[in-house]
Amino acid sequence: MNMERPDPDQLLARVERDQAKSKRGRLKIFFGAAAGVGKTFAMLLAARERRHENIDVLIGVVETHGRKETAALLDGLETLPPREIAYKGTVLHEFDIDAALKRRPAIILVDELAHSNAPSSRHPKRWQDIQELLDAGIDVYTALNVQHLESLNDDIGQISGIRVWETVPDTVFEEADEVELVDLPPDELLLRLKEGKVYLPQQAQEAVNHFFRKGNLIALRELSLRQTANRVDAQMLDYREDNAIQEVWQVSDRILVCIGPNALAERLVRAGKRLAASLHAEWIVVYVETPELQRLPAVKRDGILRILRLAEQLGAETVTLSDPAMSEALIRFCRERNINKIVIGKPSRRGWRRWLMGSVVDVLISHAHNINIYLLGSPQLRERNDLPPDLTLFKKSPLPGLNQRTLAKNQKRFGGYFWATAVTLLSSAVGQLMFGHLELANLVMVYLLGVVFVATRFGRGPSILASVLGIGFFDFLFVLPYYSFSVSDSQYLITLLAMLVVGIVISNLMINVRSQAKVASHRERRAAALYSMSKELSNTQSEEEVVNIAVKHLYSEFTSLNVILFPDGYGHIIYPKQHGDKVSLRGADLSVAQWVFDHNEIAGQGTNTLPGAEAVYFPIYNEDKVLGVLALLPVNLRRIFLPEQQKLLDTFLGQIGQAVARIRFSEQARSTQMQMEAERLRNSLLSAISHDLRTPLATIIGSASAIVQENSQLNPTDILALGHGIVDEAERMSNLINNILDMARLESGVLELNKQWYPLEEIIGTVLSTLHKKLIDRPVKVKLPNGIPMIWADSLMIEQVLINLLENALRYSPLGSELEISAEIDLSCVQVSVADRGIGIPTGKEAQLFEKFYQTHHESAQSGVGLGLAICKAIIDVHGGKIYARNRTEGGAEFIFTLPVEQAPPTVNPEE
Amino acid sequence: MAKTDPVIIVIEDDPSIRRFLHTSLSTQGFKVFEVDTGKKGIVEVGVRKPDLLILDLGLPDMDGVDIIKTIRSWSTVPIIILSARSDEQQKIHAFDAGADDYLTKPFGFGELLARIRVALRHSMRPYEQSQTDIFITGNLKFDAVNRVVCVDNQEVHLTPIQYRLLMVLVKNAGKVLTHQQILKEVWGPSFKENAHYLRIYMSQLRQKLEADPAQPKLLLTESGIGYRLKVW
Repeated sequence: MNMERPDPDQLLARVERDQAKSKRGRLKIFFGAAAGVGKTFAMLLAARERRHENIDVLIGVVETHGRKETAALLDGLETLPPREIAYKGTVLHEFDIDAALKRRPAIILVDELAHSNAPSSRHPKRWQDIQELLDAGIDVYTALNVQHLESLNDDIGQISGIRVWETVPDTVFEEADEVELVDLPPDELLLRLKEGKVYLPQQAQEAVNHFFRKGNLIALRELSLRQTANRVDAQMLDYREDNAIQEVWQVSDRILVCIGPNALAERLVRAGKRLAASLHAEWIVVYVETPELQRLPAVKRDGILRILRLAEQLGAETVTLSDPAMSEALIRFCRERNINKIVIGKPSRRGWRRWLMGSVVDVLISHAHNINIYLLGSPQLRERNDLPPDLTLFKKSPLPGLNQRTLAKNQKRFGGYFWATAVTLLSSAVGQLMFGHLELANLVMVYLLGVVFVATRFGRGPSILASVLGIGFFDFLFVLPYYSFSVSDSQYLITLLAMLVVGIVISNLMINVRSQAKVASHRERRAAALYSMSKELSNTQSEEEVVNIAVKHLYSEFTSLNVILFPDGYGHIIYPKQHGDKVSLRGADLSVAQWVFDHNEIAGQGTNTLPGAEAVYFPIYNEDKVLGVLALLPVNLRRIFLPEQQKLLDTFLGQIGQAVARIRFSEQARSTQMQMEAERLRNSLLSAISHDLRTPLATIIGSASAIVQENSQLNPTDILALGHGIVDEAERMSNLINNILDMARLESGVLELNKQWYPLEEIIGTVLSTLHKKLIDRPVKVKLPNGIPMIWADSLMIEQVLINLLENALRYSPLGSELEISAEIDLSCVQVSVADRGIGIPTGKEAQLFEKFYQTHHESAQSGVGLGLAICKAIIDVHGGKIYARNRTEGGAEFIFTLPVEQAPPTVNPEE
Repeated sequence: MAKTDPVIIVIEDDPSIRRFLHTSLSTQGFKVFEVDTGKKGIVEVGVRKPDLLILDLGLPDMDGVDIIKTIRSWSTVPIIILSARSDEQQKIHAFDAGADDYLTKPFGFGELLARIRVALRHSMRPYEQSQTDIFITGNLKFDAVNRVVCVDNQEVHLTPIQYRLLMVLVKNAGKVLTHQQILKEVWGPSFKENAHYLRIYMSQLRQKLEADPAQPKLLLTESGIGYRLKVW
């Protein structure tokens, strides 16, 4: 029994699909073979039924085309007023998607799925509006004719002779939750047409009559029936997968569609699509860009781009390979991706050329044994220049400077021909000198040398010219009969032929080598650009830095002004606060950016969404989370949408996204750490307050209550002693509270420094007079060198630092011992030191001293809360200085702080 | 209570501080009247003609600075302000409006008493009215008539600006002068922003007049506000 296990990837994909579906609205398509089969009628009937079931039904757009029966069905259903768009002097009525999203019905009817919106609408196509409605969780009823299906568009065009530009990607049809086929036999349709019940646009009467031939209608009906049947098949397959019916499990097909820059490409893509759909297979469209193909004119390369975009719309993955050897690249790709079916055009080289140079198909057939190859022939090769309107943008914008380049190329080429002639003449002159001394075969070598030289320097054309001229001269000068082009000995014909072949082969080789070098250097440049950006990004510490680096690199790589936008706290995209440098884009459209941010899809110029916007907007995301939006104002769209460029841009965006995410993560981690730190501090603060505030309070309350006690036996001396105790403890408490308040003020960040120029002497003087009571029996030595500059500081704060340091010194040094305040001028700072003769600092604890609530002796009588030094550090930090502690060699501790001298202190002119 | 007892009006909204001031000042021989709002306070000052006013800057009904301005428009009564710790700017405004001295809460009673005595003495012998006097404080002798300054009876040579600066301080001896006030007096109104001029000259003056310029006994700094010439 064949018990192959379901592919986990596939299962996962299906689960994801189901989940996405449950959130999304449901799409129901009323599908018909042609206009007039009654799709709108059927849709309205269904809507009325829903209405009877009390479901909130809204009519977004319904075209009744003046038919009474249809109009009657509108009765009693709410209709959304259309949006009026003034366009070239007329007023267009369009579906109002914003109103619909705002109104949020359960079901909305939007007729004519293939409709193209008026310019300046949000999306160029109605099916995109519908996607947005579905995304918003609204069910949609819509109608579609078979000829508007993208993959059938071409075929039907060929059958009916009428091509419609309004197409709907097959994916929309395939992803519809329900498709209801509205079928009407051709005879009945023709009858209705005769009765005038079918709406026909006036201007195209004749074409339409041609369209409604019975043969056409039969073919269209068959196509629509087959399409519906395919869908049912697919659903059944899905159902089977759902229910894990093992027998039908098979290795899933992967189809590779190879396209080239020719008219066949579009048909190949459509054929690939049909094959993929019928096999329910994954399909990849690949374009191998060989060096020769890179030299194609811009219009042709744009054509390829257009086809690749079409393929994407049809649901294919598109890949562009850059390789000089097309067949090898394809075989390698097939192996890497497990391709088992290839769709490719029939070889264009025929006859002897195919036999001589081989064809990609032949190589594929001989190398890929387990791959089925489908060949597609072209009935007639015709160039198609009638691009649909929304894709013409690639046509109009060739690279700037292109014309100059071709001009330069032309000059070079003509130079090459000149050189070819000159070299041949030179070879002939050399030959003339050697003639008679050497064998004729050696003279041929001289000419060959010339051909090789020309081939290496000037390419194919000149080298062929050199070969031909060389043959001519050789024949004319050295082959009997002399001075005539006739050849008496037929063996020289072989010599001549060999010369020609060698010339061509060498020039071809050289050209390949050169273009490979060019491709390699392009690639290297791209890799280098990417490397340099990611290297710079890896060193960034802030989002701002990331943005600046990204904007700079994006500009240099894509020569496009650009700006990166991030949302505010509420998910609204806002302008960056700081204005970037000159390469950043101003005037990005925030509404477009918002749409991109909300939908994680690219929008703006050259895309399917809001193509009217001036810039292109890309989501920047990391692991499926959109972080921001890049707005890029391209000088030239091709620089962005060429496959290799787009891939590069994607990689750039990925790198930027990663960098932003990395910084956000580390910020998050930091804030978590800060929260923990705050928590720790709160705990220390609580314990400090509970101990250090309660102790003095206990004394105060105790002493005071003893004094006020009725009939107390206290004598005046006792009362005085108690009073002194109260005063001391109250002062201690006051200090503590001041410290806590100072710390809070310093840490809140709202503190503004009032920096002015102060003589250090004055600050020290103030401090000493403030502390003068405590310093009464302590000698203080002040050592200030002459000419110490004024300091630029907030004097109150520096006074606070000195007060805290002195109080600390008083606390930890014996009574009567000397204190010393000194200052020194260093190169770029003033250094102030407060030293004592106390117990010194426990070794290894020098840095910890400045932590909040740090005390060398816990809960000791010599108490402070352990805030004094932390306050000093905070103050010195905001002044841009440093503070540290050390033990003095002669005993005692020394606390040193520095203040930077950033500018020369002011002076006054000496008085006369 | 003797009739000559100095009269002090306390404008303060906190009842326990009022009680503390009333009790302690009364025992020191002052006649104390207390009010809890600025408006009442202004009326009281007008009616009682006190010798001294103690004013809390943080009153609920009026800005303390406005009270000082109002009172200063018709009275030269010495005003001692009580202020919380962090409002330096308000203190400076109060001095510019004409306050004489200040105390930061919390303060000790001894300190208050000392300030009151200095303020009263100053108001009783205003120096401005006796230009011809020789002013002496500590070891400093300032002779305005002969423009001679002596320390420990040694004549000290001062530059014109140093002399002008000292004269402004002497005129307001014992009183806190803000940087602005001094700058305006010595250099004129256009130099108001150049506080560092004042600091440099003050430093020079200390070098000449003080034994230890880092521990001045006469030319005291009122941190963040200005200077004061101590009266011994």
